[in-house]
Amino acid sequence: MKFYDETHECMDRPSLEKLQSERLVKLVEYEYNNVPAYRQKMDDAGVKPGDIKGIEDITKLPFTLKSDLRDNYPFGLFAVPIGQINRIHASSGTTGKQTVVGYTKEDLDIWADCISRGLVSCGINSGDMVHIAYGYGLFTGGIGVHDGATKLGCSVVPASSGNTARQVTLIEDFKPDAICCTPSYALFLAEELRKKGHTPDDISLKVGIFGAEPWSEAMRTELEKSLGIKACDIYGLSEIMGPGVACECAERKGMHLQEDHFLVEVINPETGEHVKEGESGELVFTTLTKKGFPLVRYRTRDISRVIYEKCSCGRTTARILKPSGRSDDMLIIRGVNVFPSQVETVLMEFSETSPYYMIYVDRQSNHDTMEVKVEMNEAFFSDKISDINSLEARLKARLNSLIGLSIGVTLVEPGTLPRFEGKSKHVVDNRKI
Amino acid sequence: MAGIRQISVFLSNQSGRLAEVTKLLADNNIDIIALSIADTAQYGALRIITDDNDKAIDILKNGNFVTKINHVLGIEIPNEPGALAKVLQAFDANEISVEYIYAFVGKSGINARVIIRVNDNEHASEVLKSIGIGLITEDDILKK
Repeated sequence: MKFYDETHECMDRPSLEKLQSERLVKLVEYEYNNVPAYRQKMDDAGVKPGDIKGIEDITKLPFTLKSDLRDNYPFGLFAVPIGQINRIHASSGTTGKQTVVGYTKEDLDIWADCISRGLVSCGINSGDMVHIAYGYGLFTGGIGVHDGATKLGCSVVPASSGNTARQVTLIEDFKPDAICCTPSYALFLAEELRKKGHTPDDISLKVGIFGAEPWSEAMRTELEKSLGIKACDIYGLSEIMGPGVACECAERKGMHLQEDHFLVEVINPETGEHVKEGESGELVFTTLTKKGFPLVRYRTRDISRVIYEKCSCGRTTARILKPSGRSDDMLIIRGVNVFPSQVETVLMEFSETSPYYMIYVDRQSNHDTMEVKVEMNEAFFSDKISDINSLEARLKARLNSLIGLSIGVTLVEPGTLPRFEGKSKHVVDNRKI
Repeated sequence: MAGIRQISVFLSNQSGRLAEVTKLLADNNIDIIALSIADTAQYGALRIITDDNDKAIDILKNGNFVTKINHVLGIEIPNEPGALAKVLQAFDANEISVEYIYAFVGKSGINARVIIRVNDNEHASEVLKSIGIGLITEDDILKK
């Protein structure tokens, strides 16, 4: 199979824009009538559903922000009664509160279609065995890809994350054709396979679909060489749907956006205005077909470029290039969203005045690591080293449970950490991505 | 409050750091009378008793060091086998827990001088008194 849905993936631009316009008009009316919080935003902006006649009118609509999700926690932005929600997923938010998303049965079906399109575009077909090592659970990665691969008719191995020794055995014994996981975990698996004496030629995998964290062309080269695969990038965020919003094809020249379901805009994060076509800016998505948790003009904070020329694979859909960064200070570490403010929240629990801290992110042996260095203050200090050790252990445990990652904590002398200006003043990201 | 003031200083486990603190005190003509260090791979707590604790605290704070003042007990015991064991046994019998302990040199050189950090200074002082061991005061230490 070359295309999963040739009609929508290879549509000519005027037809696609016509379809998007029809869907946008319906969506705005639906959103206005079913989501009071967004209706309020539209009323405040003086926009009525009737003002939106097509995609050219989208800039009249107010943005939806991550803070809107938080303010309406947990279900306030859902457009259907909770009984019609067929699935709930969640991801970490800025203050420990989760970002909660919901899907109707129809939404899940469309999501599976989007994933299937991506799998096929990367060269995976029905009958292929797909090893899924994204985490299963509230995180959209595991179950999202699982549903898509199941719908496509693949032999799905729901390995989930962790237990590397078992994962290696599964790959050795089952001989899957494809693997889906985070790119850093794939490199880790590759290293384990190599240690057991495997070569790229005897590893059964042919395709890898990697996402949920930023990765580089250098990592792609390494993954392709060490596993003997074609490594493709998949993009998504739970607010919009999850993985599969866009996915590379075998050409690997940008991620094809499922444009009949998601309308993309690229804006200047400072002004909110559109940048020129092909220029870099913040990605903004509108979900054209979602029923459970539709979003209008959702600001992702991901910085990237979108190109519109037809791909040599035959698809006409817009392609998103690898995001080059974020317009906020969110970090993505091993697929987990981390905000520096979460670290501050924890430190505040231990001391009335938050001590100065820095977050150091690094990639060691292809594994992302996060370390928090905290400047010692009088509230934290004790003449007993056991008190300091126990404080360090409690800080670690608290960060671990709030953020969901194992995080190193080191106490340092005051005034020894660097002071930076600007939005990332508490973060040093040494990952070479 | 019973005991002697001890100044603790937080230090990163970096080469030269201890030299810097001691140099800072030396430059200000402060004599370190007793000293001990507890450390981990990353950091340590330097504990000192000086001949001018007030001045030492000021200087360290101005030098941006994190400090803490504790009252510890100083005792003088005979320099002979069993002297310290007797004290510790008495503490144990009275459920006083010792956090740490270190010895220092007295000017006389006849008796052994020991600093003990316990969980309850008042109780420990009474126990010491009951076994005939007197406490060293800050004034005793400063005696030239």
